[in-house]
Amino acid sequence: MAVKTLIQGIHDGMREALRQDLRVVVLGEDVGKNGGVFRATEGLWQEFGEERVMDTPLAEAGIVGAAIGMAVNGLRPIAEIQFMGFIYPAFEQIVTHAARLRTRTQGQHPASLVIRAPYGGGIRAPELHSDSTESLFVHIPGLKVVVPSTPADAKGLLLAAVKDPDPVIYLEPMQIYRSVKGEVPDGWHEVPLGKARVLREGEDVTLITWGAMVPLAEKCAQAWAGRGISCEVIDVRSLYPLDEETIIASVKKTGRVVIVHEAPKTAGLGAELTALINEQAFLWLEAPITRVTGFDVPVPMFALENAFRPDQERVDRAISYVTSF
Amino acid sequence: MLQQTRHDMVQYLRPNGWLTDEGKKVWGGLSREQKLDLYRWMVKVRLFDRRAVILQRQGRIGTYAPLEGQEAAQVGSALALGREDWIFPSYREHGVSMIAGMPLAHILLYWMGRVEGNTAPEGVRVLPPYVPIATQMPQAMGAAWASKLKRESSLAIAYFGDGATSEGDFHEACNFAGVFQLPVLFFCQNNQYAISVPFSRQSATSTVAEKGQAYGIPSVRVDGNDVLAVYHVTAEAAERARNGGGATLIEAVTYRQGSHTTADDATRYRDPEEVRIWVEERDPVDRCRRLLEREGLLSEEYIASWEECCKKEIQEAVDAAERAKAPPPTHLFNHVFETLPPSLLRQREELVRKEGGPDGSENPDPRHP
Ligand SMILES: Cc1ncc(C[n+]2csc(CCOP(=O)(O)OP(=O)(O)O)c2C)c(N)n1
Ligand SMILES: [Mg+2]
Repeated sequence: MAVKTLIQGIHDGMREALRQDLRVVVLGEDVGKNGGVFRATEGLWQEFGEERVMDTPLAEAGIVGAAIGMAVNGLRPIAEIQFMGFIYPAFEQIVTHAARLRTRTQGQHPASLVIRAPYGGGIRAPELHSDSTESLFVHIPGLKVVVPSTPADAKGLLLAAVKDPDPVIYLEPMQIYRSVKGEVPDGWHEVPLGKARVLREGEDVTLITWGAMVPLAEKCAQAWAGRGISCEVIDVRSLYPLDEETIIASVKKTGRVVIVHEAPKTAGLGAELTALINEQAFLWLEAPITRVTGFDVPVPMFALENAFRPDQERVDRAISYVTSF
Repeated sequence: MLQQTRHDMVQYLRPNGWLTDEGKKVWGGLSREQKLDLYRWMVKVRLFDRRAVILQRQGRIGTYAPLEGQEAAQVGSALALGREDWIFPSYREHGVSMIAGMPLAHILLYWMGRVEGNTAPEGVRVLPPYVPIATQMPQAMGAAWASKLKRESSLAIAYFGDGATSEGDFHEACNFAGVFQLPVLFFCQNNQYAISVPFSRQSATSTVAEKGQAYGIPSVRVDGNDVLAVYHVTAEAAERARNGGGATLIEAVTYRQGSHTTADDATRYRDPEEVRIWVEERDPVDRCRRLLEREGLLSEEYIASWEECCKKEIQEAVDAAERAKAPPPTHLFNHVFETLPPSLLRQREELVRKEGGPDGSENPDPRHP
């Protein structure tokens, strides 16, 4: 095992998939010679050639539509969308076709493919590059949605997604592409879809989060530990299907919940988690479930990015609210 | 590739049933059975289509998209394909689907609102009808790309209408196919209307074919009511695709004789004289029948017995579709994912409680809501 960054974990996952499964192809804008705008596919074109790692024209519906057709005809495509903010031209192909081809053909064409997209803010990217619209996809029956927040999970979830027979939206928190480091297992390493990760155990408050908000939650948990409040931190990492068991067990233990996500509040995944806890652990709650989220405003240009995204102060306030309720 | 000026149209069989000089050569290259097949399939497709419209009027199927008038475009192109080719149809391609091996009963089931109608028998490479316009095109392109990467000789064909050429998916698919020289055929049935909107409102170019040229793919405009020309043009394009020559855009100029669907009334937006000309003077089936009769390949008795035979087959399909046992409500959940996650299993349970047992027979716990 070697210590790597999150984006290296993603890269390793793709490399392993290309090595072990000849059906796997990578396609997208600038993924070839250039290795992707974030270098996620660095060296793959050189190693596997232009029939496995393919630069495409600049057309997201074309990329995803092609990937679906390839899946129908026996390949296992990994399609890269350069930024989540630019996934919308492909929305119809994803929602109308990838998500339901299995149902529509009664299992004949499961549309086994992976769509990768960097998402979220925090890197002072140009306008419209920082969307966090994961719940649009979580809402669509037939799709699985995952978000890694560690290098090992990046590789493990990617390989699980490639192996999974259903279409998987694999979202990459670009803020922590290089800031998070950790050991990554060699060879084929899978992290099962549908399993959350408890990165810190605690008794008093459950912090539920994913993606780039995981390091923030961890930092808050550490700070509160000094004040005698122990937080359990759950990295959901599989947004659909959810690991209800892990989440509910934690809530039953702590009775207090703070959900942190970068996406806007209304109909964000926090709302679904709140409903889930309400349905399954209502009687264990000691305080209202509290959400710390992006505001319900269009994701701003980066000058105001920090005002938009959850930060330590807002999470602290939520923790103090639920612990003093 | 055929050299065409912008508005030329490949035509081998004139509306009056006489072959052009070029047409005589092509016709001469067909066997007796091939010639008869062109006609027989068109008749079967037309009789099926007419029966389906009646079934809709009787309330036995849902809203249906009739194809009458487009038989030559569908039959000519579908007969030029091989079993290994991938077909991505729109919602009007019943003729194509049945030639590719989709059972008539499945086609009817689809219009009865039954998802089983989407399933193709083993070895039949027909995807379900694509309802959102033009979305099948990038997928056909992707399937063709996979064939090319795997070095297989199969090609993919996308069927779509003139309205589809305004959608982004049309342009993206054509562009990729041109860039990567993919073995895909884009087969446009230009029936001149997208519901009520005429092609002149759809496009400032007067042909679809010239759009393909902008993407560097050979593009052919063919008389879509001339089954021989459609067959030949498609066969040529297919051969070129299999030999590494890449994609072709085929514009088959045709006409939808009926309404857009059984829920539409085309008299609201089409000139009756225009319709009359297409129905009375340019009908694809009549044209082929006249040729075959003159060649002594068709007699009145033969026509009558073939029509009988088709009607019988169609009746059997209607019976089979109407007899096909509806799946239980829990079938909703069967193919959403390969393995249902716990949340979906719980939702399935909720439905079971409402409906009774998984087959709807008995309620395991009637007290539960
Ligand atoms: C994306 C999309 N927009 C609108 C519709 C509604 N609609 C169904 S058919 C149709 C017209 C299609 O015309 P054309 O492509 O020429 O095909 P045709 O019906 O003539 O065969 C429209 C607007 C649709 N199905 N999909
Ligand atoms: Mg049309």
